[in-house]
Amino acid sequence: MIPLSSYLAVSSVLFVTGLIGVLIRRNFIIILMSVEIMLNAANLNLVAFSSYLDSMAGQIVALFIIAIAAGEAAVGLAIIIVVFRGRIATNVDQINLLRW
Amino acid sequence: MTFSVTDIGAVLPEILIAVYACAILLIEPFLPKDRREILAYFGLAALGLAFIATWQLLWADLTVLNGMFVLDPFGNFFKLLLYVAAIMTILLSMGYLRRERIDLGEYYAFILLAICGMMIMVSGSDLVTVFLGLELMSITFYILVGFKRFEEKSLEASAKYFILGSFSSGILLFGISLLYGLSGTTNLEAVALHLRGADPGNPAWVLAVILLVAGFGFKIAAVPFHMWAPDVYEGAPTPVTAFLSVGSKAASFAVFLRVFMEALGGIHADWRFLLILLSVITIVMGSVVALVQTNIKRMLAYSGIAHSGYALIGLLVGDRLGIFSLMLYMPIYAVMTLGAFGVVTLLRRGGVEGDAIDDFAGLAKKNRLAALAMLIFMFSLAGIPPTAGFIAKFYIFMAAVNVHLTWLAVLGVIFTAVSAYFYLKVVMVMYMKEPDEEVHLAAPPAVVMVLAVAAVAVLLLGIYPGPFLDYAQNAALKIR
Repeated sequence: MIPLSSYLAVSSVLFVTGLIGVLIRRNFIIILMSVEIMLNAANLNLVAFSSYLDSMAGQIVALFIIAIAAGEAAVGLAIIIVVFRGRIATNVDQINLLRW
Repeated sequence: MTFSVTDIGAVLPEILIAVYACAILLIEPFLPKDRREILAYFGLAALGLAFIATWQLLWADLTVLNGMFVLDPFGNFFKLLLYVAAIMTILLSMGYLRRERIDLGEYYAFILLAICGMMIMVSGSDLVTVFLGLELMSITFYILVGFKRFEEKSLEASAKYFILGSFSSGILLFGISLLYGLSGTTNLEAVALHLRGADPGNPAWVLAVILLVAGFGFKIAAVPFHMWAPDVYEGAPTPVTAFLSVGSKAASFAVFLRVFMEALGGIHADWRFLLILLSVITIVMGSVVALVQTNIKRMLAYSGIAHSGYALIGLLVGDRLGIFSLMLYMPIYAVMTLGAFGVVTLLRRGGVEGDAIDDFAGLAKKNRLAALAMLIFMFSLAGIPPTAGFIAKFYIFMAAVNVHLTWLAVLGVIFTAVSAYFYLKVVMVMYMKEPDEEVHLAAPPAVVMVLAVAAVAVLLLGIYPGPFLDYAQNAALKIR
């Protein structure tokens, strides 16, 4: 059996990958993917804990999260399409009207 | 698994709102284009019915749906505030949407869905319900912010809000997953029970708490998680900005308070320092950066950030008085901010949004009542008696002094004085400057009503706050 710590190591790596991806990548779609990776890192955590603690709650939460992530991706892609139609830009640093 | 009819009764307001939202979406395609305003009244009816339903259950205290959902006076207090905010938002929107030519029926459905999410948040007694409500609210707001879909600014605000909002949700969710791993449950009370026997020095607990603070910090726009607020506030349609700054902030504070007091109350001493730090930089940054803003919506965004910092003091104090002062702060902040944004919606003329502070020049001559209302809101935001803003700040600082955080209260008072500069600048521009053109700004009756109600509420709460204080005191969250 794979120990819990391995799962946690993978999920931490995934989470940090997503975190860094959002912070340094400039392409809107890649940022969206990075956010999804962050959500899935949490999902992996939940499922691993659920099997380790022998409690069903974690898996049920993970199902909810998958549904939420789908909804979020749908809205995110819709926003990308509208922004893209307005002007040819999928890079976030080209979206710069609002600045303090 | 148990399920009873009383469970349905307890979630009746949420069900009502959700059903009405879906009904609006279904009816909308069958309505001729010029009759869409009916849907606004439909939304108002939903909020009115939900208000009555919550009013009936005002002092109920029960946990339903297997501990996922709690109906208590604390949650109901915030729900009433949210209904009022949503009703005012819809009244502000009706004329605005027509002028911006974005009068689509979905708008009202999204407002209802957003408030439904907020209601689930404030009543969630399980991390899952809390997160679901938060996401329902956030996803609807991503759409609402970009509702002016022919305007680049609005789309850009929507894109930015989406990136930072979903980013913060990811962080919050990772914190929740760690909390689940540490305690084996997502129920707030069970987490608290587990925490009693656990070692709070465990780095995983520390990480979980930090991630939760970051996640909620984004939603309440606390520095350093505030970057989205000014951009989103400026780009979004003004009524949406008003609802975002009021509803989303109040609901997030309610859930912040519930999670941290109910689940993590046992390690209060550990997270208190983190929140003190957050509160201090939020107050300082919010007040100082607001000084240089030339756009009224951005200025109000930074003012909202500073107000989050003050409200955080109530949360970090964490005793009865602290919770009470935070609960007092939220509705007062809500009415004055909604009122201020209401005045901003009036300034639109021709093709110009009219959201620069210079557009307020000579407002006193163009529309005397709107200027008077703005004067009251600005005085209240600055915390000058006899307005409600003074009462709110007074109790916050009293709560801080009460637990020997006098230096924090002193800092708060100093930055209140700093903030008076940019609030009173608006007043100065309205009354002392000559208008650039001689026009009389007409105000739609719905907006006049909102402004009048907000202004009277601000003055009334400032002069005679007694009954309201009693209500808030009785509704304050019970700490275990």
